[in-house]
Amino acid sequence: MNIGQFLAIFISSVFVSNVILSRFLGLCSFIAISKETRPALAMSSAVLFVITMSSAITWVIYRYLLIPFDLAYLRTISFILVIAAFVQLVEMIIRKFMPALYRVFGIYLPLITVNCAVLGVAVLNADMFFSKGRPLPGSFLFSIFQGACVGVGYTLAMLLMSAIRERLEYSRVPEAVREFPLAFVTASLMSLSFMGFNGFKF
Amino acid sequence: MIKLSAEFLKGIIKQNPIFVLALGLCPVLAVSTSVSNALGMGAAATFVLVGSNGIISLIKNVVPDKIRIPCFIIVIATFVTIAELVMKAYSPALNRALGIYVPLIVVNCIVLGRAEAFASRRPLLDSLADGLGMGAGFTLGLMLISSIREISGSGKLLGYALLPGFQPALMMALPPGALLVIGVMLGFFNLLKGRKE
Repeated sequence: MNIGQFLAIFISSVFVSNVILSRFLGLCSFIAISKETRPALAMSSAVLFVITMSSAITWVIYRYLLIPFDLAYLRTISFILVIAAFVQLVEMIIRKFMPALYRVFGIYLPLITVNCAVLGVAVLNADMFFSKGRPLPGSFLFSIFQGACVGVGYTLAMLLMSAIRERLEYSRVPEAVREFPLAFVTASLMSLSFMGFNGFKF
Repeated sequence: MIKLSAEFLKGIIKQNPIFVLALGLCPVLAVSTSVSNALGMGAAATFVLVGSNGIISLIKNVVPDKIRIPCFIIVIATFVTIAELVMKAYSPALNRALGIYVPLIVVNCIVLGRAEAFASRRPLLDSLADGLGMGAGFTLGLMLISSIREISGSGKLLGYALLPGFQPALMMALPPGALLVIGVMLGFFNLLKGRKE
């Protein structure tokens, strides 16, 4: 475990295999909420928080519950249940104690339960940092760090996209490609430019 | 019988989950690099749709309204796990190619959407037909996109070279190609819809 590995995880999950533009996770929210910068930023911060926390929680579940009892095949079911319960809990806590914060990103929390980026990162962590049912050294920190980096990658893509789409609002485009089709083509061009990071290796 | 076939057919064109409802696009874009991957993904999703629609339609009167979504998710996750284990046992190569996108069928909006919008309020046979139709529509859409991408991206279809001397555009096989194809196709479908009205 050294600084280089962390740097490699950061570069890979923010740029090279960006969660949205190259892995296509969380695409629904990316297309639906990226029309303006402010909601896009609120959604991204909610995703960043939930992914980081759920990476830690699912690591603990996987390491101390599923592996010792030989239940690794229940991974999908247990991860999605834990994530759903966690998101619900966060929503209740924020609504009760931090109403201001709730108004900013609370309404996006229920959407995050079915955001494939969250479950995707949990599964990815379990695939990458466990080998034959054993955790690799430092896997807990790596999992949390990878979760946070994926969240940062999501935020980056969301910010760029919403800025572009705010401009597109004022341009005259054919009726048929308004909204979704144009958003996808824009995302395609963004993805093409992100492929330029492909040579980055550590 | 006529009613059942209508439930089946609507998923294929009129309410095609990919092009008309624009649901469940994450796996569509990720696994449409080749037609064989698309077929595997389509088969797995159809299995999950039919199975979960059937079970949910059977238990709809027992489940309290407030906790129905978690219950649906458990049913769906069970079928996804079955599909995952079967795929691992009989076709490990396909499982490797599809990677994390098989477990991600759980959070695919098509499956939960059909459970909530259809299976939780309709009788068993209708729900099965609906699941089968949606699955077929999903598979057909996936095959359409993946054949476009495979032909233009690698010049092959199902692994056979098609056009001799054709210079494939690698970009179409990579992530940008997927986004481009789906964007253009959604625009095309919008155009057709606009013409009809």
